[in-house]
Amino acid sequence: MIELILPAVASCIVAFFVVFLMTPLLIKFLGKRNLVVKDVNKKEDVMVVRPGGPSIIIGIIASEIVLYAFLQLNEILAIIITTSAAFVIGYIDDRKVMGGWFKPVALAFAAIPIIALGAYDSNLAFPLFGTVQIPVLYLALIVFMIPITGNTINSIDVLNGVASGFMVIASFSLSICLFIVQNYEIAIVSLPLGFVSLAFYKYHKVPSKIFPGDSGALTFGAMYGTIAIVGGVEILAAVALLPAVINSFLFLSSVKRIVEHRQIKGKPVEHTDDFLLKATDDKTAPVTLVRLILAGGPLSEKQVGFAIFKLAIFSGILAIITAFMMGVSF
Amino acid sequence: MKFGLFGFLFGMWLLIIVGGGIVVTILGPISISGFGEFDWFIGSVIKAIIAIILVVIWILILSKLKNLIFKKEIKS
Repeated sequence: MIELILPAVASCIVAFFVVFLMTPLLIKFLGKRNLVVKDVNKKEDVMVVRPGGPSIIIGIIASEIVLYAFLQLNEILAIIITTSAAFVIGYIDDRKVMGGWFKPVALAFAAIPIIALGAYDSNLAFPLFGTVQIPVLYLALIVFMIPITGNTINSIDVLNGVASGFMVIASFSLSICLFIVQNYEIAIVSLPLGFVSLAFYKYHKVPSKIFPGDSGALTFGAMYGTIAIVGGVEILAAVALLPAVINSFLFLSSVKRIVEHRQIKGKPVEHTDDFLLKATDDKTAPVTLVRLILAGGPLSEKQVGFAIFKLAIFSGILAIITAFMMGVSF
Repeated sequence: MKFGLFGFLFGMWLLIIVGGGIVVTILGPISISGFGEFDWFIGSVIKAIIAIILVVIWILILSKLKNLIFKKEIKS
């Protein structure tokens, strides 16, 4: 355990400062090339640059290379390759609008390096009841897991700072869970995700100076999913991600098909005269997490973001309780 | 926001814990013999079918729970 402190500290410093220092340069670069979109939740015509994915992926790769120099784990290679593939998929979607099926299918292929490198354990661990061996079924779980986590984080990227702020809470909760179940090496491998998210949040929070875009959101989600698999903490990861899962579940159960947000005509949220967010009465609009939060009355963008963070903290606490329950069996 | 979303989160968490117990209890002991080298494959297919059925049941319960907690919000 003591020998892991140096790689942990070094990778966290690299993860945080690479993103912290690179993102302002990326903002200038994207601004010069006019790669901007309108921030629809601002009263004035505010344009924000995107995508922030490049600085996120460079921070992740740099910090994981530092860890690989110390630990030489196949799990680290799996994280680097799968996360990089997810970034490329997201970047393609950022530059050219693809169909609703493109991302899930492409992300399923991004999961293949995890299988090829053998960076998984086919025993699925549950709290209180122990483990179940599902060798073939587990391969299907790996292929499904990356598209699910990637698109789940992407679907919650609807307001300033939400995707990165949510990722800070979920990923640190997952790291704590990994420490509790005594998977110290993967716990340390997971820490850069929290620090990369934290550094990016500095520029993504209200009012955003940069949006992560699909390349950033899919990078966050794919790395989170890969950590869950290589760390053997799939159930804990699902619990920590519950608010985002709820958002995807509500969306899918109301539209009843896999579809891009931009293809939905009904608007779940609109603005009041003083530009607060409020839920619409549109029956064709999908039910989303933000719409349910706003059901109690109009709120500012910042207030909705904090409401989502409160839910993330609650599910993070549930994940930590579940991690303690892993050590108990009937 | 009141407690609706927190209640839904908690409900989902309980369903995961209970669902995990059912998966371990039902899928865990399944072992097929008598098909030679295909034992593992047939066993895996049976486990996969049961797992899919359990996931469908889980989603149906979740939908009921959603309708119960967010009745007013979803209708509006």
